[in-house]
Amino acid sequence: MNLVNFWFVLIAFLWGGYFVLEGFDFGVGMLLPFLPRDEGERSAMFASIGPVWDGNEVWLVVAGAATFAAFPAWYGAMFSGFYLALLLLLFFLIIRVVSFEWRDKSTNPAWRRAWMWANAGGSAGIALVWGIGLSNLLQGVPLDSSGDYTGGFWNLFTGYPILGGIAFMLVFAFHGAIYLTLRTVGDLCERSWHAARLLAIPAVAVGAGYLIWTVAVAVDNNDKSVFPPVLPAAIAIAAFVLAATFVYLRRSRIAFTFSAVGTLSVVATLFTSLYPRVMVSSPDFANSLTIQNASSAHYTLAVMSVVAAICVPLVLLYQGWTYHVFRARVGGEELTGAAETPAA
Amino acid sequence: MIVVASTTVDLARTQFATTSIYHFLFVPLTLGLGPLVAIMQTLWLRTKDEQWLRLTRFFGTLFLINFAIGVATGLVQEFEFGMNWSVYSRFVGNVFGAPLAIEGLAAFMLESTFLGLWIFGWNRLSPRVHLATLWIAVLGTWLSAYFILVANSWMQHPVGYQMVNGEAHLTSVWALLSNGFALRAYVHTILAGVIFGSIIMLGVCCWHFLRGRQVELFRKAALLALIVAVPVTFLQLIVGNRFGEAVTSAQGMKIAASEAQWNTCDPCGFSLFQIGGFTKSDETPSFSITIPRLLSYMATGSFSGQVQGLNQLQAKEQRKYGRGNYIPDVRVIYWAMRVMAFAGVLMFLVAALGAWLYRRKKLERARWFHRTAIAAIALPYIAATAGWILTEMGRQPWIVQGLLLTSKATSPNVSTTWLGISLGFFVTLYVILGVVDFVLMRRYARPEEAKPREELAAPAVTY
Repeated sequence: MNLVNFWFVLIAFLWGGYFVLEGFDFGVGMLLPFLPRDEGERSAMFASIGPVWDGNEVWLVVAGAATFAAFPAWYGAMFSGFYLALLLLLFFLIIRVVSFEWRDKSTNPAWRRAWMWANAGGSAGIALVWGIGLSNLLQGVPLDSSGDYTGGFWNLFTGYPILGGIAFMLVFAFHGAIYLTLRTVGDLCERSWHAARLLAIPAVAVGAGYLIWTVAVAVDNNDKSVFPPVLPAAIAIAAFVLAATFVYLRRSRIAFTFSAVGTLSVVATLFTSLYPRVMVSSPDFANSLTIQNASSAHYTLAVMSVVAAICVPLVLLYQGWTYHVFRARVGGEELTGAAETPAA
Repeated sequence: MIVVASTTVDLARTQFATTSIYHFLFVPLTLGLGPLVAIMQTLWLRTKDEQWLRLTRFFGTLFLINFAIGVATGLVQEFEFGMNWSVYSRFVGNVFGAPLAIEGLAAFMLESTFLGLWIFGWNRLSPRVHLATLWIAVLGTWLSAYFILVANSWMQHPVGYQMVNGEAHLTSVWALLSNGFALRAYVHTILAGVIFGSIIMLGVCCWHFLRGRQVELFRKAALLALIVAVPVTFLQLIVGNRFGEAVTSAQGMKIAASEAQWNTCDPCGFSLFQIGGFTKSDETPSFSITIPRLLSYMATGSFSGQVQGLNQLQAKEQRKYGRGNYIPDVRVIYWAMRVMAFAGVLMFLVAALGAWLYRRKKLERARWFHRTAIAAIALPYIAATAGWILTEMGRQPWIVQGLLLTSKATSPNVSTTWLGISLGFFVTLYVILGVVDFVLMRRYARPEEAKPREELAAPAVTY
């Protein structure tokens, strides 16, 4: 495998890591207005992702920077092309980041409610924008011969990408509900199970619909055969069906494993469908950005490969340790913060 | 930065200036307060003195409120290169993208993950491991600053590259990482961060002295702040000066502009203050106070060194790059340099005065000094902002020194309407965030009411 292919796969992996990890954070966020019965339970939901969301979000930062370094033309075209969509995304990202840190800085109910909604809205919005944005990479957007986007804001909103946005939201909500069954106790845990059951069928149905449409778009718009994109799509659908099944069987660990595999496979389906292009041009297919014409030179990729070979395993190791440290369920008694802070 | 802007380049520049200056209001405090909090927690672990724990929690909360906005506004910086500067992104991606990606993988991951562990790990990790998580997070912030400055310094002084088909390609990552400009900029920035941390800590302590609250507790913190601030503010004056020498060799125009030095001089005096003399049509100031030979020393390290003038450099650049104006905005650069330097000297004086009062055991009672130290909280912010204006505007008209003009680097497909919308969006959002952040910082830093309030002393996010 040459380095350009390696970096394409690595960037897909970074996106996959981002959605598997932040995916459940988004899900927990989206469920905030619906699941909790009181402020204590809302706090428990925040606490369930409090220690990890920031590290999870860095996967996006790394995916973005790695795209900049390995495929500068892709980075430039995508970020300048999806301008207003990314502006909207930044709005959601920012209000969500500060909601985590600021919500508990006051006991005023209106203040807390506002930041709860900021987190919920931010989580839903980020999922929606990425679903729409990444789907557009495959469906094709108007690019000129120098690889610059020539469309407008509303060009991005057609049937397939919109379904992508909805599918991302549903899948993450489902993934997040399962995560909560792992991390909460009592009534809240019961209601998380209930939410996971309610979300299972729409998430599987819309997710499967989106995956099948993705393969069709890959064939129609990106000159691909049905195979190989159908392979990760089938794995994703099977994983989501299994996740739903184990939700009904009340097996949270294995259900979570499958919703994670499903999420990862959605990203794999998208990137397999894209390959060897990174941004499809439509109607002028010849203007598409490919891994060859968008990539950095060999030396940069080689240097970055060494860095990635050292850093990625380390990151997986210490982030894995973080999940081990915070494996305990969050319950009502910890909500005062007493358990998180020394009694001095 | 309220600049009347009309063209794409002006709007994109205004936006970058606004968002990066804003981002850098939060970054240096993270760089400096992090290690100070870690030192306090270490002292608690070593001495078992509960007061250090309370201080750790108190300043830890301020550190985290500040950190949140640093993260949020950092995302904007990463997106902005691609959104507004796509030509630049393609031109430099091979070189500039690499340190950004390494920053994410090697530094930002570390800092975000371990900060999460520190915030929530108080009762889940052993005290030693818990302390280690904070030190690792601090290491992450310091590494992060290094890689970002490697990227920025390459724009000031490109090294380790060759031009291939109109794009800069990396040829030596070691040259990139050991760029002398980057190493000097790094030391300068880290010291700035530590100055932020210690000067703000001193100001907060003095606020408590002024109100007579928890004087015993905050005397400890004040001593720590002074022990750090006195040598570091002094060292920064020397380092800043030596950094100037690196700038002289890499970016003569920047130094000449920062002194409004229109013609080559040998030896050169340093003007503390001048009226007029900032434009080509008005080269001689109508009034100035000048210290003989000081500029020669600052720019070259020798009291008889030659400093090239703007006119001579302009002629040289025209011969090299073709017709055009290669002189940055002299008035802005001249004053940015002075504001930074004067603020730096003032911070040293405040710290030295505080140390002297501490030795005379008068620190807790010198109310005039308390007010001075509280006001001095503004100084690091002023100095850092002026420093970045000097660095970035002093490089103009180049976005990458000698390689790419700023005017040719913006996204061709991004209209002034889009840029206007995004600028308005960021300004509005940042003003709101800034106000909320200021209110929260003030609330959590203020002298506590009659007795310590537990919720205010909590170290972190407790949810």
